Amino acid sequence: MTESVVSGAPQGMPVPETIGKRGWLLAHADDNLILAHRLGEWISKAPELELDIALGNIGLDHLGVARSLYQHLGEEEGKSEDEYAMGRTDREFRNMLLVEQPNGDFAHTVVRQFFFDCYQLQLWPDLAGSEDEVVAGIATRANKEAAYHYRFSHGWMLRLGDGTDESHDRAQVALDDLWRFTDEMFEGEASGYRQAWEALVGEMLAEAGLSRPEDPYQKTGGRIGYHTEHLGYLLAEMQWMQRTFPGLEW
Amino acid sequence: MDATNLPGPGVVMVTAASTAFDTVASVVDPEIPVLTIDELGVLRGVREEDGAVVVTITPTYSGCPAMRQIEDDISRALDRAGFTDHRVEVTYQPAWTTEWMTEEARGKLERFGIAPPTAVEDVRCPKCRLGDPRMIAQFGSTACKALMVCSACGDPFDYFKEH
Repeated sequence: MTESVVSGAPQGMPVPETIGKRGWLLAHADDNLILAHRLGEWISKAPELELDIALGNIGLDHLGVARSLYQHLGEEEGKSEDEYAMGRTDREFRNMLLVEQPNGDFAHTVVRQFFFDCYQLQLWPDLAGSEDEVVAGIATRANKEAAYHYRFSHGWMLRLGDGTDESHDRAQVALDDLWRFTDEMFEGEASGYRQAWEALVGEMLAEAGLSRPEDPYQKTGGRIGYHTEHLGYLLAEMQWMQRTFPGLEW
Repeated sequence: MDATNLPGPGVVMVTAASTAFDTVASVVDPEIPVLTIDELGVLRGVREEDGAVVVTITPTYSGCPAMRQIEDDISRALDRAGFTDHRVEVTYQPAWTTEWMTEEARGKLERFGIAPPTAVEDVRCPKCRLGDPRMIAQFGSTACKALMVCSACGDPFDYFKEH
């Protein structure tokens, strides 16, 4: 893939020519929106009240990041944040496939979150130095939040991996299931991300007594709008109100 | 009276803006009513633009659900103070930090029963101020707080996370 620094994109941040700055902003906004929606699905049914609150809170942070990125894009394109979230079809979403994967059991949710937190811990510090000061401000705030989310997901990876046989096995199954969506995180991102991400994941695996999955077939396509079937169902639920009553406001 | 001694339009505007500032600065946080949005660092500025009062605020956390409420409270306060033309803008840069919270604000928080932001290992129980508190829930009643419990008095309390 040809890479170049697109004007307005963070300094030193390679953006694939094929998606440009708009696609790049959308990709990150969509990652956060879709994951926020998935986390919201846990509300009222998490294993414990504390986890209910935790997953809801993490989801809110992601939703806030998504909103601010849509607003930023919307200022340039004369659109409202709702038009991006509620007015696009699955083929127009640019999120990575990982975040749209179903919640599964608690282990799947924790692994998905842990992979994503480790990724965002590479992304935000870079973007905090962006020449686009709105992006820089969003990234500075989001970086602190990502560190806090990481404490949660990392803590749970250790507890699940090093807990009972049951929790260990479930964590391993979740790792094996979701590993095929991890290559996509590094598409078009700075080359150091993968190495730093592998280091964080490797450290956790060793401490939790879990094993790194064999390198399986890697599934990608989210960044150009080719999604897994799960996104359609998610959007149907998320968008139905706006689809039924377009432009509806509180 | 010599007309040239009357305050010019510039003077009037400054006065209006400072009154508007006082009005807005007295709006309290809906979740932590002992602190004003000014003390919390959420209020970033009040300016006058073509006769309208423009208030700039910044969110504490990206997903803080109180932002909308704060916007509404600011609008209501300005309405009550007689400002008919006003709007609220949200800024993201620079990112909010608990470092902006004044000593006075930290004291108010502690008296209210919320441990003010500091490194987790330095947190002390806002009630008995003894003991060695430990965190029992990383995510608490609002995005900016965690739940801790005191080892001396056994009381659980909110801790305003360092951010």
